[in-house]
Amino acid sequence: MTRPGMWDALCGVVRRDLLLAMRRRSDAAMPVFFLVIVASLFPLGVGPEPAVLRTIGPGVLWVAALLACLLSLGRVFTADYLDGVLEQMVLIAQPLPVLVVGKVFAHWVIAGVPVVLLSPLLGLQFGLDGEAVAVLALSLLLGTPTLSMIGAIGAALVLGVRGSGLLVALLVLPLYVPVLIFGAGAVASSLAGVGAEANLSLLGACLVLSLFFAPWATAAALRIALE
Amino acid sequence: MRGERRLFSDVNVKVEPGTLLAVVGENGSGKTSFLRILTSLLPPEEGAVLWQGQDIRQLKEQYYAQLTYIGHLNGVKDDLTPIENLMASAGLTGDQHSSPLVQEALESVGLKRTVHRLPTKVLSQGQRRRVALARLWLSTHPVWLLDEPFTSLDTASTALVTERVQSHLRGGGLAVVVTHQEVALPSDVIQRLRLNG
Repeated sequence: MTRPGMWDALCGVVRRDLLLAMRRRSDAAMPVFFLVIVASLFPLGVGPEPAVLRTIGPGVLWVAALLACLLSLGRVFTADYLDGVLEQMVLIAQPLPVLVVGKVFAHWVIAGVPVVLLSPLLGLQFGLDGEAVAVLALSLLLGTPTLSMIGAIGAALVLGVRGSGLLVALLVLPLYVPVLIFGAGAVASSLAGVGAEANLSLLGACLVLSLFFAPWATAAALRIALE
Repeated sequence: MRGERRLFSDVNVKVEPGTLLAVVGENGSGKTSFLRILTSLLPPEEGAVLWQGQDIRQLKEQYYAQLTYIGHLNGVKDDLTPIENLMASAGLTGDQHSSPLVQEALESVGLKRTVHRLPTKVLSQGQRRRVALARLWLSTHPVWLLDEPFTSLDTASTALVTERVQSHLRGGGLAVVVTHQEVALPSDVIQRLRLNG
């Protein structure tokens, strides 16, 4: 018997989830379509006034990214819970938080990375300048993994509960507030010429904190869900 | 306990290497709960499960490293092929998972090569169960915990799985099998635990 190391197990989880996402591309692409549609509807609804669009742009794009992430949270553990794969994962000889990191990383690659990559294009829709667009992308690069980490706790807590979609939103949205404030604040600061470093640093701190605590909390919630 | 109802109590059983414990009982008697307690997925209301004298809840990953568990859910992904499913799960559990070995395991459980590369969702219930059970041919873990392994299987497949369990016991492994069917093994290697719920 060759016992896999933690790294092998983590990579195994990531590989499987990415392969599954490739097999169900439409499901994986849904949050991205949602983001694009929401971000495109706002300029149509608010009007073409560049000053207004520039003012609301950071907040709108960040809220859209946050909701897109929320939309995809159901996928993180539900399927594994229903088909018995989660039971198998809990019973392997690796710490469950490590496997949770793998699951969350895969979720971020599927739901978060496309948001980061699309953000410059969406930023241009709101008339953001080059620097603000770069700050938007950077803030999303720091913020979206945090959203995935926090979201995973909520997704694990509501496993097996009826109406879990709404419940996860109620649980997770208050925890998303700091990320939203710092993320949108970073872009707004850049637009105001104040500099985005402070907000970006706070986003980085949120990411580090969530990387440290969220896997343990999620693993505990998963064990409770499986009892 | 299930809600306020006590499913079973005063269960004291020891499973020696080379033997199988068949857990039998009516529907709802707590067979699956018993097996889940043995995995540590479900904590017992009282008492403990010991592995080599130590509580499994303390051993955690050390105990899981000894374990192959096949629950009543198959633990296979519908969108992956049988080969991908086995390679992914065996990769995580540390079982052997080279492509030829995985194919061999699938053939051993009676799945022809023509279905090895089809999405599992197009397979029948019996075939899906066999994909899950093919893990037994890759497993090198000494403790097997199997929940109704023969459900959805035809007679030939049941015989193949029984044979595999027997060879595992001959190799010094042990098994706990929850079943409502008769396990066709010699009486000297099998002990029965009836739960009355």
